[in-house]
Amino acid sequence: MKSQSDWIWAGVTAVMMVTALYLTFVWVPMERTMGVVQRIFYFHAPPFFVAAIAIVVSLVAGIRFLVTRDFRFDELAVASAELGLVFESMNLATGPFWARPVWGIWWTWDARLTSAFVLWLMFVGYLILRRAVDEPTQRAVLSAVLTVFQAVGAVIVYLANRLWRTQHPQPVIAGGQGSGLHPDMWLTFVFCTAAFMVLYLCLLRHTRRLERMRREIEGLRRTVHSL
Amino acid sequence: MELLRQAWAIARKDLRIERRSKEVVNAAFSFALVVLLLFSFTFDPTGDQVREMSGGLLWLVYSFAGVLVLTRSFAQETQNDCLDALVAAPVPGSAIFLGKALANTVFLLFLELATLPVFTIFYNVRWEAKMAWLLPVLVLGTWGFTVIGTVFSALTVSVRLRELMLPLLVFPITVPALMASVQLTTTLFTGEPIAGDLVWLQFLAGFDLIFTLLGVTLVETILVG
Repeated sequence: MKSQSDWIWAGVTAVMMVTALYLTFVWVPMERTMGVVQRIFYFHAPPFFVAAIAIVVSLVAGIRFLVTRDFRFDELAVASAELGLVFESMNLATGPFWARPVWGIWWTWDARLTSAFVLWLMFVGYLILRRAVDEPTQRAVLSAVLTVFQAVGAVIVYLANRLWRTQHPQPVIAGGQGSGLHPDMWLTFVFCTAAFMVLYLCLLRHTRRLERMRREIEGLRRTVHSL
Repeated sequence: MELLRQAWAIARKDLRIERRSKEVVNAAFSFALVVLLLFSFTFDPTGDQVREMSGGLLWLVYSFAGVLVLTRSFAQETQNDCLDALVAAPVPGSAIFLGKALANTVFLLFLELATLPVFTIFYNVRWEAKMAWLLPVLVLGTWGFTVIGTVFSALTVSVRLRELMLPLLVFPITVPALMASVQLTTTLFTGEPIAGDLVWLQFLAGFDLIFTLLGVTLVETILVG
C-alpha cells in the first residue's frame, strides 16, 4: 500500500540524514577541548528532542481519544510512543560514548541522565501495559490515562532531579554569558535536529498504518471467532 | 463534603476487612523484615556510613512492602464481582479512589511505624528526638506513593500480569516523592538541621497535591471506561 507520498517522505528523509552525516563528520569544525568525540553531540541531543515531542504528541492524542473515542487518535498515540522509545534509546545509547572519554565514566546518576532513564522506563511501561490488555477500548482508555500521569510525572522527575544533583553540561545553546556554539556547529545542530524530526514524521506514517492494520486484524479475528 | 463522607465509607469498609482478616498487613510486614535482612548482606551493617544511607534503605523497604498492599487494594474487589458493585454504587469514582487511597495510607503508615523500631535495632539508627519532624515526612511521602499506587491499582486490576505491571508503572512516576522522602529522612537520621531541606517538604506537598487532583479527575475514566 505504498503511496507516492511515502516515497517522497522516504527520499527527503534519506537525503537529510546523509547530509546530516556529512555535516557532522566532515563539514563542522573540530571542538577544541573534547576533540572528535564531541561530534556525537549532533546525534545525541536531537533524538532527545524528538522523544520529548513524541511524548507530547502521544499525550495530546491520548487526551483527544478520551474526549472523542476515535481510534485514530489511539493509533497516533501508540505509534508516537513506540518511536519515542526508539529515539530515547538512541539518546541513551549515544551518551556513554561521549561520557567515557570526557567524564571518565560511562554513566552517572545526574539530573538529566536520571530523568532520561526514567522517561525511557515510562515509554517501556506504556508499551508493556498495552500488550497486557486485550480489549481494544479498554486498552486505549487505560493507556491514554497512563500517558497523562507519565507526562506530568516526567516533568516533576526532571524538576526533582534539578534540586538533587547535576553533572551534565548546562544547556550551552540558550545559556548565559560565555556560552554558545560556533555558528557552524549551531547550523549542524539545527540541521541534525530537523533531520531527526523528519525521520520521526516519516516513520510515524508507517507505525500509524501498522497500528491500524493490527487493530483491523484483531477485529477480523474476533469476527471469525464469533462465527 | 458529601464526597469526603462517601470516601470515608469506602475507607472504613477496607479498614474493617483488614482488621478482620489481617491478611495484607501481616504479609507486608513480614516481607519488610525479609528486605531488612537482605540489606544486611549488601554492606557492613555496623559501619558508620549506614546512617548516610539509612533514609534510602528505609524508603526502599516501605516501597517494596507498599506495592504488595497496593496490588491487593483493587484486586481484592474482583472476588464475587465486588468491583462492579462498587462502580455501580451511587458514589462517584473519585470517592472510591479517595477512600481506597486513605485506607492504603493507613495500612502503609501502620506498616512504617511497625518497621521503624525494628530498623532502629537492626541498623543502630536514632530518630526518637526527631519524631515531630519524621511524622509529617512519613505522612506526606506515603500519601504521594499511595495516591499514584491506588490509581494504578485500579488501572491494572483487569490487566494480565498485574502484580508485575504495578511496580513497573508506579516506581518511575513516584521517583520524585521517593527522592524527597529519602533526602528528608536521611537528614533527620544523621541529626543535621532540617532547615536546609524544607524545600523538599514543600516539594513533597506539591507532588501530593498534583497527583491527588489528577487521580480524582481521571479515576472515573479508569473505572467506567
